This record gives sequence, C-alpha cells and structure tokens, in this order.
Amino acid sequence: MLNMALTVAFSMVGMAFALSFARLLKGPDATDRVLALDTLYINAIALLVLLGIQLASPLYFEAALLIALMGFVGTVALAKYLLRGDIIE
Amino acid sequence: MSTLAEIILSVLVVAGGVFTLIGSLGLWRMRDFYTRLHGPTKATTLGVGCLLVASSAFFSITGDGLSLHEVLVSLFLFITAPISAHLMTKAALHRHLPSLARLPSTPPISTDSR
Repeated sequence: MLNMALTVAFSMVGMAFALSFARLLKGPDATDRVLALDTLYINAIALLVLLGIQLASPLYFEAALLIALMGFVGTVALAKYLLRGDIIE
Repeated sequence: MSTLAEIILSVLVVAGGVFTLIGSLGLWRMRDFYTRLHGPTKATTLGVGCLLVASSAFFSITGDGLSLHEVLVSLFLFITAPISAHLMTKAALHRHLPSLARLPSTPPISTDSR
C-alpha cells in the first residue's frame, strides 16, 4: 500500500513541478519568476524526500537540507536585487 | 512493518502530495502577484512538512532508534518561508505591481488643510 501511495504522491509532486515551471516561463513580472523558482526548490525537496522513502535510504536528507539552504539564499539574493538594484551594498 | 503504521504512512505521504499540488495550482491559477504569493508559501510548506513527518516515521520504524534529522529541514523551511515571502512582497511593492484589491473610496483622514 505504501508503494501505491508513493506512486500517487510522486505524480502529484510531478504535476506541481510542471505548474511551477509553467509559471516560471510565463510569469508576467520578474517577481513572479522568483516566486516560481522558490516553489520549484520546495518541490525538489519534496521529490527528494519521497525518493528517500522509496529507496529506504537515509542519504537523501543531506541533499534536501542543502537545497533548502541554497534555495533560501538564492531567493533572498534575487529579491534583494529586485528591491535595491544591488545585492551587496 | 505493521498494517496500522503502513496506513498512517500512506495517508501522510498522500496528504503531502495533495498539499504540494494545491500550492502549485494556486501559483498557476491566481490572477495577481499578491494572491499568487499566498498559495505556495503556505500550502507547500505544509505539504513538505507532512512528507518530512512521514519520512521521519518511516525511518524510525524501519531503522534502529528514533530518526530526527528530518526535523532540521522542516524547522529551516518553517523559519525561512515567511522571510522570503516578505522580501518578495517588498520587491513587488517596490516595482508597483498591479493588485486586484481596489483602492479605498474615501481618504480616511482629510488632507486638504494645507
């Protein structure tokens, strides 16, 4: 039963990936694209956690933690650039 | 793994997938930036939270001992999601993005005394 639930969750997160990517391509303004990128990295964390459960391997949490850290730094840098026109003043 | 544990894990995994999908659906369907910001910053964090609880329970059941390092990821996401949403809203306000909300019809305080 867990395998079936994992398949369902994989397809749902995959659809979420597709929707966020469509917003990343369409987004009328740059801030929409930054928001879509933020959503994409959270979806990537979800996919990695699901893969860790499916393969029963605890190796994927370090990757998920790194994506969380680097994604936050990237979002803050992009938002700061849009806000101030510069990242480090 | 017992049947009860498998049922609880399956429900958590499917709930995480549903919340993640709802968050991205809100990102795609909403009509201006400020409502679009609402979907992923709440629903997606809840979805990843469900998945991380499921993963923590899975490795606590199958492995030896309690597995708590997933809490790090969820704690970090819970701290950083409002900060990045706040920064993106500030950037959107700075760029004067159009909003669906109407302006107030009358000014709340009279400013014609000058």
